[in-house]
Amino acid sequence: MSGAANRRFGIAYTAGVVVLASLAAAAAGALVLLAIGASPWATYVTILTGPLQDGFGVSEILLRTVPLTLVALGIAVSFRSGILNIGAEGQIQIGILGFTAVALFLPHLPRELLLPLALVAGALGGAVWAGIAGVLRSKMGVNEILSTVMLNYIAAQIYTFLLRGPLIDPDEMISGSGTPQSMRLTKSVWLDRLFTGNRLHTGLVLALVLAFLTWLVLWRTTFGYRLRAAGAEAKAARYAGIHVERSLVAAMVIAGGFAGLAGAVEVAGVHHRAIEAISGGYGFAGIVVALFGGLHPAGIVPAAVFFGLLLVGADMTQRSAGVPANMVLVLQGVIILAIVSARMVIANPYAKQRALDAARRWGFFRDEKATEGGT
Amino acid sequence: MSGVQFLHDVLVLGVPFSVALLLAALGENFNQRAGVFNLGCEGIMSMGAFLAFLPPWLARSGGHSTFATLAGLALALGIGALLGLLFGLVTVTFKAPQGIAGIGLQMLGWGVAGTIARHYVGGVTGVEGIPNWNVPFLSDIPFIGTVLFRHSPLVYLAFALVPASWWLLFRTPWGLRVRAAGTQPRAADSMGVNVQRTRYQALALGGAMAGLGGAYLSLCQAKMFADDLVAGRGFIAVALVYFGRWSPFGIMGGALLFSLAQALQLAIQVAGIKFPYELAVMLPYVMVIVVLSLAGKSRMLGPTALGKPFDREMRV
Repeated sequence: MSGAANRRFGIAYTAGVVVLASLAAAAAGALVLLAIGASPWATYVTILTGPLQDGFGVSEILLRTVPLTLVALGIAVSFRSGILNIGAEGQIQIGILGFTAVALFLPHLPRELLLPLALVAGALGGAVWAGIAGVLRSKMGVNEILSTVMLNYIAAQIYTFLLRGPLIDPDEMISGSGTPQSMRLTKSVWLDRLFTGNRLHTGLVLALVLAFLTWLVLWRTTFGYRLRAAGAEAKAARYAGIHVERSLVAAMVIAGGFAGLAGAVEVAGVHHRAIEAISGGYGFAGIVVALFGGLHPAGIVPAAVFFGLLLVGADMTQRSAGVPANMVLVLQGVIILAIVSARMVIANPYAKQRALDAARRWGFFRDEKATEGGT
Repeated sequence: MSGVQFLHDVLVLGVPFSVALLLAALGENFNQRAGVFNLGCEGIMSMGAFLAFLPPWLARSGGHSTFATLAGLALALGIGALLGLLFGLVTVTFKAPQGIAGIGLQMLGWGVAGTIARHYVGGVTGVEGIPNWNVPFLSDIPFIGTVLFRHSPLVYLAFALVPASWWLLFRTPWGLRVRAAGTQPRAADSMGVNVQRTRYQALALGGAMAGLGGAYLSLCQAKMFADDLVAGRGFIAVALVYFGRWSPFGIMGGALLFSLAQALQLAIQVAGIKFPYELAVMLPYVMVIVVLSLAGKSRMLGPTALGKPFDREMRV
C-alpha cells in the first residue's frame, strides 16, 4: 500500500475509533440519565456549557484545574514508569495533614519561610504515603493497585481520626458542634488570590510551572529517561543497566509528592483549614485526567481544564436539574473504559488491518496500488 | 463474660461477615484462573447490592416480599454477569490493560449505583431483607448450632460454593479450559480451546458471583443500601484471591480470617475496651497489606498468564 494512502487510512481509522469510543461513553452516560428520568441532551448541555456562562464559572473551573493538574502529573509519572498509582486520594489527605501540621505548629515563622516549608511538608506527606506502596511493590512484589487502594482507606481513617481528635479546632470543642476540622490557619500560609471577586489563587501558576518541569524532567533528563524506560519495557531497561525497582519507588514517591502538594495547595488556596470532605474525588478524577491527557503534561493541562468543567457542570446540574453529582463518577468510569479500549484498538495492527479489509470490501477505501497483507 | 461466651459471640458475628467477601473472591478466582485480573469487582458488588435492594424496596408496602427478594437476587446475578461481559469486551476483545480498566469499571458501577439510588431512594432506607433460616436439628446443637446453622440461606449457599468452585475448576473439562486459558493460553489455543470465549465465560460467572456478594450485603448483612455500603470489600476480595493462592479453600480461609478479625474488633468494642473507632475501621485494610506482603513474590500454582491479554495472531 502506498505511504500516503496508508497514512490517510491511519488517520481515518484513529479518528473513527476515537469517535466511536466517545459516542459509546456518551451513550452509556445517557442510559444512566434516562434511568433517572433526566434528559441526557439537556444534562450534557448544562454540564458542558453551564459553567462557561460567566467569569465566575470559568474561575471555578480553573480553581479545580489546579489540584486536577497536580494529581494527574504525578499519576502520569507513575504510569509512565510502569507503576499504577490509584492512591492519590489518600496521598492528598496525608499531604493536607503535613501542610496543616506545619502551619499549626510553626505559625510565627515569617511567610517567606513558612509557606514553602508547609507546602514541602504536604508534598513529603504524600510522597511518604505513596512510597510505602512503591517499596512494597519493589521489595515484596505487592500489587501496587491493591496496596494503594488499601492505603486510601487507611488514610481516610487517619485523616478523620486526627480531625476529630488531636487537630480539631478548639472552638469546635467549646461550641460543642464538634465539626471535624482544624482551626483556621495563619494568614501567612494562604496563597494569594489572582483576581478579586473569585477564589482563583496562585496555585494555578504553580501547577503550570510544575507541568513544564515535569515535561523537562521526563523527556530531557537521564533520570526521566530511566523512569520511562523502566515503564516501557522493564526487561530491556534492566539489561541496559537501569535499576528498575529503584525507578518504581522513585516514580511512586514523585506521584505521591504531587498528590500531597495538591492537597496542601487546596488548603492554602481555597479552604485555609483542613476540613473533612476536602478532596472531592480529585484523586480518582486525576487518573482520568492523566489518561485523557495522554500521560503527557501538554495534554494534561487542557484535560484538567475539561474535567474541571465537568466537575463544576455536574455541581450545577445537581442544583438545577436534580441529577446527583455521583453522575461525574459514571462519566469518569465510562471515559476510562473508552480511553483504554480506544488506545489499544488504535495500536492493534491486526484490528487496523481488519478495518482496512472491511473498508475495501464496502468500497469506502480505494487504493489502486494495494499489496497483499501489508500494513 | 466467660471466654467461651466471648469466642462464641465473635464466631457468630464473624461467620456471616465473611460471606460477601467469600462470594466475590470465589468469583474473582474464576476470572484470575482464566487470566483476567478484574479490579472492577468493587463496582460490580455496588451494582449488585443496589439492584438486589431495589425490588424489595419498591415492594416494601405491597406484601410480595419473597417474590421481590428473588427478583432482586436475579437482578444482582444478571447485572454482575453483564458487567463481567463488559469487562471482557474491554480487556479480552479490545485488550485494554486490566488494572486501569478495572478502576474504570469500579467507578462506573459505584457511580451508577450511587446516582440511581440517590435519585429514587434518597437517604439510607432499610428493607426487610432475607430472613435467617435455621437448619433443622443441626441448629439445635449447642455452640456449633448458633455459630454455623442459624444464618441466611445465602450463607449456606456461599459455603457450599467453596467445594463446588473447586470441583468446577479441577474436575470438569470447563475448569481445565479455564485454567489452561489462564496459564498457557497459547498451548490451550493450539489444542482447540477458544481462549477468548473461555475468558468471557469466566468473567460472566465471576461477575455474577460478585453481584451476589453485593446482594448479600444489602439484603442480608446491612438490610439497606448506601453509596459506600461495599466499602472496599471488592478490593479486599481481589486481595484474598492472592492470599488464598487461587484455591477456593484457601480463599475461604482468608475470608474467615478477615471477618473474624473484624468481629473480634467489634466484640472488643462491645465489651467496653476503648480504642479509637477509626483505628478499628482501618484494621482490615492494614491486614490486606500485611497479608499481601506475606503472600509475596511466589507465584506458585498461580495462573502464569494473569493480566496478559491473549491475541492468537500475535507472534511471541
